[in-house]
Amino acid sequence: MAVIADREGAYAPPVREENYLTWDHSIKSWLFTQDHKRIAILYLISITVFFLLGGIFAMLFRIELLTPAGDVFEADRYNKFFTLHGVIMIFFFLIPSVPATLGNFLVPIMVGARDLAFPKINLASWWVFNVAGVFALLVLVTGGVDTGWTFYSPLSTSYANTSVFLAVTAAFAAGFSSILTGINFIVTVHKMRAPGLTWFRLPLFIWANYATGVVIMLGTPVVAITLFLIAVERLWGVGIFDPALGGDSVLFQHMFWFYSHPAVYIMILPGFGVISEIIPCFSRNRIFGYPFIAFSTLSIAILGFFVWGHHMFVSGQSFYTGMVFSFLTMFIAAPTAVKIMNWTFTLHGGNVIMTTPMLYAIGFIGLFTIGGVTGLFLAAMGLDVPLHDTYFVVAHFHFTMVGGMAMAFFAGIHFWWPKMIGKMYPEFMGKFACIIIFTGFNLTFMPQFIVGWLGMPRRYHAYPEEWQVLNVMSTAGASILGFGFLACIACLIWSAFWGKPAKQNPWGAKGLEWEVCTSPPHPHNFTSIPVVTEEAYSYTGEEVLDID
Amino acid sequence: MTSVTMGPAEPVIPHHFETKPQHNECNILGMWLFLAQEIMFFGGLFTAYAVYRFKYPDAWEAGSAELNRAIGTGNTIVLLVSSLTMALSVYFAQTDQFKKLVASFSLTMVFGAIFLIVKAFEYHEKYTHGLIPGAWWDPIHPPEIDDPSKMQLFFIMYFIMTGMHAFHMVIGLIIAAVMMIMMLKRKFGPNKYMPVEMFGFYWHFVDIVWVFLFPMVYLI
Ligand SMILES: [Cu+2]
Repeated sequence: MAVIADREGAYAPPVREENYLTWDHSIKSWLFTQDHKRIAILYLISITVFFLLGGIFAMLFRIELLTPAGDVFEADRYNKFFTLHGVIMIFFFLIPSVPATLGNFLVPIMVGARDLAFPKINLASWWVFNVAGVFALLVLVTGGVDTGWTFYSPLSTSYANTSVFLAVTAAFAAGFSSILTGINFIVTVHKMRAPGLTWFRLPLFIWANYATGVVIMLGTPVVAITLFLIAVERLWGVGIFDPALGGDSVLFQHMFWFYSHPAVYIMILPGFGVISEIIPCFSRNRIFGYPFIAFSTLSIAILGFFVWGHHMFVSGQSFYTGMVFSFLTMFIAAPTAVKIMNWTFTLHGGNVIMTTPMLYAIGFIGLFTIGGVTGLFLAAMGLDVPLHDTYFVVAHFHFTMVGGMAMAFFAGIHFWWPKMIGKMYPEFMGKFACIIIFTGFNLTFMPQFIVGWLGMPRRYHAYPEEWQVLNVMSTAGASILGFGFLACIACLIWSAFWGKPAKQNPWGAKGLEWEVCTSPPHPHNFTSIPVVTEEAYSYTGEEVLDID
Repeated sequence: MTSVTMGPAEPVIPHHFETKPQHNECNILGMWLFLAQEIMFFGGLFTAYAVYRFKYPDAWEAGSAELNRAIGTGNTIVLLVSSLTMALSVYFAQTDQFKKLVASFSLTMVFGAIFLIVKAFEYHEKYTHGLIPGAWWDPIHPPEIDDPSKMQLFFIMYFIMTGMHAFHMVIGLIIAAVMMIMMLKRKFGPNKYMPVEMFGFYWHFVDIVWVFLFPMVYLI
């Protein structure tokens, strides 16, 4: 790749051999860094803590569900466990997972820029996220919250006597931090691309994070004001959504889902981006149908705003409204299927190399397809009536969010780990953890499809005895899954300290981060801004792995 | 007489930008996106307001009649004038006219403050009329409609919407005060007018919110 002249920065750049991790070791240089790569690492630490916390709550209620009787925890405590699991996993893990870590790290590098457009705002985003995290921890110490992560009114406004106010404040602040990230991404992609890097030469990871930014920007403020109204209603004691005082609780559901359905695309679109990078790399093949994947990303982002009513088929929304939402929801499956097809065709005829990231990515395709197809079941209005609020729904969204998003997140973390940390993780341990996670995941959630189909409702701590076998399977699976996650995280942390140093391009991958940046990158990413002369994914099949 | 240009002598470019125009374009686009999310934020409130208006038209009419249209109109004019002086401030910063910049920017702040003071008097009037929802709710002339309690919902929405707008004004004035100090230290000028322009975007946006809020709450 050709280069153009370097323009030195406002402050003296560090010595050339240094990388962004080593050039300054002080705590201050980390906590107040404006370097997008360091902020990515900070975010990675924060969300790992919340991921483990959310996982602990999942284990606690899975223990309760081992036996049909509600014997280990009382119902109140059970309600708090699943609520905290939902709030923490959604607002503090899934939403920031890929954008705030891999996105922060890679968006500027992939567009050939030295940083995001607004580095200070990026740092502010991490701080706001941690303030939100403090509120979430305050919820824990003040006795938890038991409304479910959806905060439905009037339960959340009139009946719950738990820390609803702190919980909605935490979600509000976490949403605000994601807005800052989203705006930063959009501006960076529009205005900071390197010379020659046209829109259709951008890696699909960039398209995905760009579309995510748009959804964050347009959706999050709506849930922010909705949660704000809930907080006002509780503090002020007036009835905004409480039917007893003239309010409309269905209006709350509309406003909540107007964000919270698009939020699932905030969670999954960046995952799609990760998969679109890994599949061509380890198939040694050009991605099949680049423009189709790019435009399907945008159309999911747009269509995602018109399907929220599928959460309200049994909430008293009119029959015709339900029909429209049902139809639109099925419609959105089309662009998603387009992606699955394109990844499959990329594999087809490729020279597939089974590394850990590839294993996760292929697991993603299978699990996400199951999650997506069962989503179509639930989009069908007639079928949703019996399945609504059963374990079928629980299994469906865990297939998309854990089988989909968490798998994509771990795929991406393993893929870019050598670039971010400069160390290779042990390949055998990586694959081992991946297989454990895949096995545990299926054992956890497959039985939930069946038990949901049989009619077991979600959010109850006791259930009839005939469903015990399936629930025991699910709890056993959750234990295996939890072990897999711990093994995976332990393996990565171990390698950060004692792993083998990574070469610049261990995977033989295409892209600015591999072809131009050192591992780990220089604090300013590039010694000079690269000029891009070819499209992304120009794999020839000749690339080789460069691992000792 | 020596000609002194206010602000920095050379355009200031942070290290991660290549050119000054790139820096400016990023700022402008970022501000537009921020305002887009603000529109969605207020949009949620406007939606809730509209839904309840259709549900309880009588209560809404009675509630709206309690508001003082003359004061509302006057305040609208105050705010529109502040937008004009704000636009002039940007122009004076770009064209290197220091005294006029300070004057017009001060006027913007003064008009903003007048708006808030008038608003505070309006809120107090509502208080004396017993129109604060919640525990204090005790209207001195209850509306003659089927279900007078629904007028409370109108005033909840009134206070939240105008309060959220006033909150944005307060934030604006705080930022303006900081900018005023920087301005007097000659930090802004033809080579660095972006902060003034960015603040202008924000200020105009807050005014436009009021332009929609005023007819919705006071007039219809
Ligand atoms: Cu949905």
